[in-house]
Amino acid sequence: MITIVDYGVGNLFSLESGLSSLGLSSEVTGDAERVSRAERIILPGVGAFGDAMRKLNEKGLSTALQSAARARIPILGICLGMQLLFEESHEFGLHEGLGLIPGAVAPLENDLREKGFDYKVPHMGWNPLTIKRRDCPLLKYIKDGTHVYYVHSFYAKNCDRFIAAQSEYGVLTPGLVWNGGVFGSQFHPEKSGTPGLTILKAFAEAVL
Amino acid sequence: MIAKRIIPCLDIRDGRVVKGRNFQGLSDVDDPVSLAEYYNEQGADELVFYDITASAEGRSLFVDVLREVASKAFIPLTVGGAVNSLADFDRVLKNGADKVSVNSGAIADPSLIERAARRYGSQCVVLSIDIKRVNGVFRVFAKGGRENTGIDALEWAKNGVDRGAGEIVANSMDTDGVKNGFDMPLLADLSDRVKVPIIASGGAGSEKHFLELFANPRIDAGLAASIFHYREVAIPELKRFLAQNGIPMREL
Repeated sequence: MITIVDYGVGNLFSLESGLSSLGLSSEVTGDAERVSRAERIILPGVGAFGDAMRKLNEKGLSTALQSAARARIPILGICLGMQLLFEESHEFGLHEGLGLIPGAVAPLENDLREKGFDYKVPHMGWNPLTIKRRDCPLLKYIKDGTHVYYVHSFYAKNCDRFIAAQSEYGVLTPGLVWNGGVFGSQFHPEKSGTPGLTILKAFAEAVL
Repeated sequence: MIAKRIIPCLDIRDGRVVKGRNFQGLSDVDDPVSLAEYYNEQGADELVFYDITASAEGRSLFVDVLREVASKAFIPLTVGGAVNSLADFDRVLKNGADKVSVNSGAIADPSLIERAARRYGSQCVVLSIDIKRVNGVFRVFAKGGRENTGIDALEWAKNGVDRGAGEIVANSMDTDGVKNGFDMPLLADLSDRVKVPIIASGGAGSEKHFLELFANPRIDAGLAASIFHYREVAIPELKRFLAQNGIPMREL
């Protein structure tokens, strides 16, 4: 059973459909008690970092996620959910994150401009993955160079040691990050076609 | 490098796919769910659905179609058609859409763009514009292309992006249905003006037209309907052709 954390941000329909198409059962809950008793946890999310953290804190979900991580319960953050796993974000001010993976979240635009790239923000579309950590359990079925679907304006920095796969968009964009039992996917596995679904399948199978 | 996107567009009325020629003389093509599954298998990078239903009954049929598509095709889905309020955004986003395209609703009340971008994020808000030259000036047309608003299309695109639209669909009425290629002069002007991804629509008739389109590096995606529905252009061959010509494409 995979527990999908519902804290009022984002569309869960595709994620639930993706899991059920793989024959995996899931529950959607915003209850901290249930999250802390979960077997596996997916933290989805779109929207603003500060707002999302406030909602997680208000519902006691931050503490539940942190204790789940300590208990080695596998956690997968997707998109904003991935960014929330880091220590902090510089999205419209400084916000503290869940602190489950060392690193920080910063706006793409500034770094692109600094490097002289006139790329569009959000980084939206299909970008190939370069695999850095072949031993990452979530990449079990993924070939190097597989395209995955990204939509984001902020990205994780200073987390090189934890990057399992990355894409290039002027700057190196961490696609999949990994720290023990905690995984984060900047792209949307539930929107990345058949290869994306294999990442969800591998997450359900991952033995820590 | 990020891939250029190939996007089939499905116009849906009363739960069925239709495609007009210059927006008139609609004819039935296929069942939307099987067509969507087919495109997904063929390697479409995204699907766009326009709900052109007028009745409440047809609208609920559309939601059923959307839910079924979203539980079978795991690629980005954009939904448009009669999106006039945040409640309309909510209805489709809760039923499997990833992005919502606004057109006449945003012309009637431009604050819809800001309100939607604030609530759902810019990446969810697509501004779709029907554009036609009137006395040599690009004008915005509303209500499915029936009404000249007199608004300058390039200004409107810029305004929409400033208000929070995360993507623009530029549909040229001058080239739509003619199959003589995309409206490259319009797209050049537009891509100079806005910095968000641009989806070009109207005029695709052959593989070569897509190659011409992506010769402008600031265009992100090409959208077409009838040439895909009638299998005049097959997506796998199109993508192979473009990749061989140096255009970055998603590999399946």
